[in-house]
Amino acid sequence: MESLGHLAQGFAVAAKPINLLVALLGSFIGTVVGLLPGLGPINGVAILLPIAFAMKLPPETALILLAAVYIGCEYGGRVSSILLNIPGDAGALMTALDGYPMARKGLAGVALSISAWSSFVGSLIATLGLALFAPILANWALSFGPAEYFVLMVFAICCLAGMVGERPVKTLLAALIGLVLATVGIDANSGVYRFTFDDVHLSDGIQFIVVVIGLFSVSEMLVMLEQSHAGQAVIKNTGRALFNLKEMAETWWGTVRSSVIGFIVGVLPGAGATIASAITYMVEKNLTDREGTFGKGDIRGVAAPEAANNSAAHGAFIPMLTLGVPGSGTTAVMVGALTLYNITPGPLLFQQQPDLVWGLIASMFIGNVMLLVMNIPMIGLFTRMLHVPNWLLVPAIAAVSFVGVYAVHATTFDLVLMVGLGVFGWLLRKLGFPMAPLILGFVLGDMMEQNLRRALAISDGHPAILFQSPVTWILWALAAGALAMPLVLRKLRPAG
Amino acid sequence: MSDRVFAVAWLAFCAAVAWLAWQIEAPFSYEPIGPRAFPLLLCGAMAASAAWILVKPDREPDWPRGPARGKAIVLVVAFLAYAFLFEWLGFPLATALVTVAVGRLFGGGWVAVAAGGAGLGGGLWYFFDKLLDVTLPLGRVFAGA
Repeated sequence: MESLGHLAQGFAVAAKPINLLVALLGSFIGTVVGLLPGLGPINGVAILLPIAFAMKLPPETALILLAAVYIGCEYGGRVSSILLNIPGDAGALMTALDGYPMARKGLAGVALSISAWSSFVGSLIATLGLALFAPILANWALSFGPAEYFVLMVFAICCLAGMVGERPVKTLLAALIGLVLATVGIDANSGVYRFTFDDVHLSDGIQFIVVVIGLFSVSEMLVMLEQSHAGQAVIKNTGRALFNLKEMAETWWGTVRSSVIGFIVGVLPGAGATIASAITYMVEKNLTDREGTFGKGDIRGVAAPEAANNSAAHGAFIPMLTLGVPGSGTTAVMVGALTLYNITPGPLLFQQQPDLVWGLIASMFIGNVMLLVMNIPMIGLFTRMLHVPNWLLVPAIAAVSFVGVYAVHATTFDLVLMVGLGVFGWLLRKLGFPMAPLILGFVLGDMMEQNLRRALAISDGHPAILFQSPVTWILWALAAGALAMPLVLRKLRPAG
Repeated sequence: MSDRVFAVAWLAFCAAVAWLAWQIEAPFSYEPIGPRAFPLLLCGAMAASAAWILVKPDREPDWPRGPARGKAIVLVVAFLAYAFLFEWLGFPLATALVTVAVGRLFGGGWVAVAAGGAGLGGGLWYFFDKLLDVTLPLGRVFAGA
């Protein structure tokens, strides 16, 4: 087992004091960001990324921080689902279905603790999966040429178009907008300036952080202004603080099943935590709900989606680390983070940056133990955070976002551009455009163009190279399948 | 209707980008595909998507109306002002001001937002600038004095 040796090396990296501290901090911040309704993992990661960069953290430490925030969010989201009936982040949507009724029955403590436990089990299973399968996939991907890469990115975008949002054409257009934004700046191949209008601020392109914070932080605050959750009372965290053995046994197999399904769904580009928890909730309901108690406070309905959203979040690291092609908005931001450090994610990452990859994987094991401790014995600390009023929270988010953008280049231009992109993002969101594909397009833009041009340079300009190898055939077929998926599902729904 | 307005605006945008992209010329090139092909390809795909939306628009989104619209505009103006004042007034003061403005929008009392503004302006400045070593401006206005 070569992986075991690498993992041991990874633990040596993850156990450095600075990395332990950062994992602890990230877990804490992630849980808080996750439980605050409106803020999800992508906002948390987006806001923290520039700060990590400005603090000159080494790349593996920055990545550990961001990953801990991401995973922490998947834990934290359940808290407001259970106590407020408002999911703290999209992945915790299904948890509210049974979690909130449980809390109303006076079982809030049990619901919170069993969901923390199943989150932990899901994370652990998925991290093991990551350690096992990621190196294999990375090895296989080493044989990819530029044509394969280009088609792979087309596939990732098609997956998103098929699965995210109600209108595939809007998802597609969002991704295209991201791709176009990425063409601003100097062209790496020819040295020509494109769309810079002779402005020095645009000559090396629109800053990734400006786009991310504008789209996800500024536009989010505009959304928060519209939907204030005032009047919704927080249910007191009463009753037993811990589940008992009977409850654990009752949920065990559902948790394991959901973890495996969540992992597989998480690996697929475009799917992710939200879809994983929805699928597993339906699976568990169909498999085990004989008395019709799902939706009325069934503990199994709390454990399953929580295991799934956590394992999906971990699974999402696989395409990001092995192919360099992120499958979700949050992992796209992390790819952007690596690019800031001049690290190109891709199959070579496992060979060239073993400390980074294995340190990250090892820190996931450590981070999840930290999160389990935070989320069961120390849960009271977090439930109190639900009382932070928006009039303080929103200015704080604004200030931290502005600091993050300013920290990169220290120009007023970037701040104004960020606000402009935020308003643009808000308009798009109101019109029903999803934001995750846009950021994915922006991150992939440069890679996609370079690979396309490289492929066509090899073939002397003949597009046939994009259809020549078996790998490209499979990817084209998968891309077409992903696009056709919503149509098929729509056909099936009335029957099923 | 909003979808249609957007689609038309986006078609115009595509045309503008395509026009700009057409003028991009590499002085010398080692590859068959120059720097303008990819943007043009994207413009074509975007125009097709926008045309589709123009033909089959979604139902109208609920835009903020009345006071909600006013609040949204005030929030954007506050953010823009924050962006422009960030270097000039410095982080602590600009943050205190934006906290008061935004805090009021989100229903905070005057005393509460004033205290919050002072706390965030001073506290975050200390946290980032002193503890985390992320340099923040203290204000050009005061530097000359």
